[in-house]
Order: sequence, then C-alpha cells, then structure tokens
Amino acid sequence: MILVDVNLCDLCGTCIAVCPVDCIELTEFDLKISHESCIQCNACIKICPFAALTSANVEVMEDEKTL
Amino acid sequence: MKKHYNIAIVGGGPAGTTAARFAAARGVSVVLFEKDREIGVPVRCAEGVAEDVLAKYIEIDSRWIASRITAFGFHSPSGIEIAFQSATARGCVLHRRLFDHALAELASEAGAEIYTKAYVHSLRKNGPKSTLGLRYIGQEKEITADIVIAADGIESRIAHLAGIKTKLAFRDIEPCAQMQLANIDIHPERCDFYLSEKWAPGGYVWVFPKGARTANVGLGINGIHAGPKSALNYLQDFVKEHFPKATVLTTTAAGVPVAQTLKQLVADGLMIIGDAARQVNPLTGGGISAALAAGKMAGQVAAEAIKADDNSARRLTSYQKEWEKTYGKESRRYYRLKDWVMGLTDQDFEDIAAALAKEPPEEITLVKIFKQAVRKKPSLIIDVLKVFAGL
Repeated sequence: MILVDVNLCDLCGTCIAVCPVDCIELTEFDLKISHESCIQCNACIKICPFAALTSANVEVMEDEKTL
Repeated sequence: MKKHYNIAIVGGGPAGTTAARFAAARGVSVVLFEKDREIGVPVRCAEGVAEDVLAKYIEIDSRWIASRITAFGFHSPSGIEIAFQSATARGCVLHRRLFDHALAELASEAGAEIYTKAYVHSLRKNGPKSTLGLRYIGQEKEITADIVIAADGIESRIAHLAGIKTKLAFRDIEPCAQMQLANIDIHPERCDFYLSEKWAPGGYVWVFPKGARTANVGLGINGIHAGPKSALNYLQDFVKEHFPKATVLTTTAAGVPVAQTLKQLVADGLMIIGDAARQVNPLTGGGISAALAAGKMAGQVAAEAIKADDNSARRLTSYQKEWEKTYGKESRRYYRLKDWVMGLTDQDFEDIAAALAKEPPEEITLVKIFKQAVRKKPSLIIDVLKVFAGL
C-alpha cells in the first residue's frame, strides 16, 4: 500500500495526474489514497516532487487491516 | 448558494475566474467553486508572463506586478552565461496571489458567485443537466448546472469523472519544486535559466526576480527522470551551490503538464480549460496566458450556448474549434521543440553556449538561441522561426 508522509506532502496534485486508476483524492488539507482500487503501480511515488509517497510492504498492510 | 446555475466552474485559478467573468458578463448565472480557502493561494507558479498578453485580458495594475523583465540569461552546465536584452518582448513576474484576486474580483463584478473552501467531489449527468456534489465549509451540498467548466488544474479530475482521458504519460509531466529566496544577489530585471542534466534533467532551473534581492528559484524535471531523486532534492542541491546564504521564504511543489492539448475539450454539458485541458506551453511550462485565453473563449461560448438553450457537445465544440484555430498549430510546434530540447545532453548545451558566446550580446535573440539548439534537426527551424519571431 502507498503511504503519504503528511509532513512532506504539499497537496500539489501531481500524483493524481499520473494515477492510472484515479484512486487518489485531494482536498484542501488531505491527500487520500483508496487502497482498494490502488494497483500498486507506484507511478505516484515516482512522480511526487517532494518524495512524500512511499510503498509499504504487505506485512504492514496486514497489520493495518487488523487495526 | 442557489440550487441551480446555468454554468458551474470548478477551480479558481486564472482559467476558472476568467471563464466566470466572460460568461457572467453575458447575463447567465455563474458559480465558481475553489477547494482551497483562498483564491490564488498557494502559489504553485514561477509567475513569469508576457505583459502584452496579459493586457489583452486585464488592465495592468502595478500592485500585482513584482518585477518588470527586460532581459534573459541562459547558463550552460559548465557556467557559460549567455545574457541579452530583449528588444521587443516585455515580461513581468507577478504576485500571483494578488493577480488571481484581481481576476476573481472582475468575475464577481460581472455577476459570478464565488465560493472558496468548496470542494467538488462528484459529478453525475442528470438528463441534460449535471449534478455536482460538494463540501462547502464542512457542509454537504448539491447543485445542478446546465454546463460544467472544468478548470481544476493538473489533477483534471472533473473531466476524468466525465469519462474523458486526462491522465498524463511520464514524458508529458514535469514535477516541480520552487523556493522563494530572499537576500540573494540577482539581476532584478532579468529572468535566468540554468540548463543541465545535473540540475534539472529534462527541464530547467528558473530564477525569476520578485524585487531587488528576492526571486522565485525553482525547477522542473521531466517525468521520465523522476524517481531516484525528487524535484525538491534537485532544488536543494542547486540552491546550496548557487545561493548558500539565502533565506527561504516559501517551499512549494507543483506538477506542470507539458503535453499536447487534450483531444477532447468538450462533451455534452462540459468544457475543459487551462492546465486541466493541458493548455500549457510544453516548451516553457508557462500556462497563465493559455488559461486566460481558454477561459475567455469557453466562458463566452458557454454563455451563448445557454442563451440558445443548447448545451450539447456539438454546440460547445465551437470553443474547441476556436482554440484549435488560434493556438493549435503553435502549441504543436512548441511540443515538437520540447521533445527535441528534452533530449539534449550537457555536451549539446555546452556546444550551443560556446557558439553563442562568440556572438556580440546585442545580436543575441531567442530565435538565434533556439536555431542553434536545433541545428542538428533542421526540420525544426521553421518551428523556431514561427514561435519565436519577433521575440
């Protein structure tokens, strides 16, 4: 799954322009990624001007599910 | 907020507010939604624009002009500087916050309603009308509109929601980072550009003055080079070497579409303008003038369509035709030049600079620079002559 570092993300919307499945939503204060529709192509991670996005491994995803 | 408007515009940048002004001036009901709390903020822009272009759309007001530009400087990777006064082109660096406010004020005076902190999250067709779902200062709202104008910038989600292909290929997008730096030594009337794979692969660094000792210093890298090192990291390295003592007043990210204009600019009850329509000069990344032009065209066409009670794509396509007639060819020329320039290596930039350094500075023009840049690809000379003639 893709994680957003909220301290780095500048809410510029560049990631949305390259997301092939349009699973990212940007509001005034928040960048939200829908993990259900995300296909883990990592395009958003590559393009981010501030390197605010990272990919977490599956184990973390399983942890998240149990939270 | 009313329940229905003739025209609903999503996005309060120059494209959106200009469309709102020219539509409202024709007596139809217009609403504009901006997701952020303030029009014109944050500024994700180098703020440079040609003054004669601006004057076509708005009376120039010195309050929103930060610097007047009379010269350009190009820097090769090894540091050769090619600087020249521009004989005809007069540029300026804006205070975008104030400029965008001025555009919004004009729209408001023409009769458009403007809402900030109004985030449009859904769009669905409802017969000939469209229904927009939005959150406005914490409250869910729903309105209908006969025509929706998508001016939502690089993200271009409104058009995407309407089923139009807006996603960008990596080579057609430049992730950018910019800092406003204070207390630096600059040429206050000169825009400077640094070209090097080291500083900004597939793009360039800009230094645009905003006063005597303050400037927008930023860069874009081409998407195909993005990943291993972020645009911000490239900028930090550049600033460390060129302006180590600067005070950093702002640090901002942005994405600039350097693509061809969308093939489809209209659908039934929908028009797309500005960055959302990829109406950006793909060579320079400049988008203000195109946003103003498209906003005016689309606003006028939309208002006339409302008066004729016909919001069909067939009717709205006159906006697309006008855009194509006025800017289509030119923007394709710029795209071809961008494609070529993007492939130049540091050695190419050195060779170009070395050749130009032999010329007397008063004889250097943008045409000469770009003719030198495309000398290995003569088929582009016509494009250079056409787009830079008179500059």
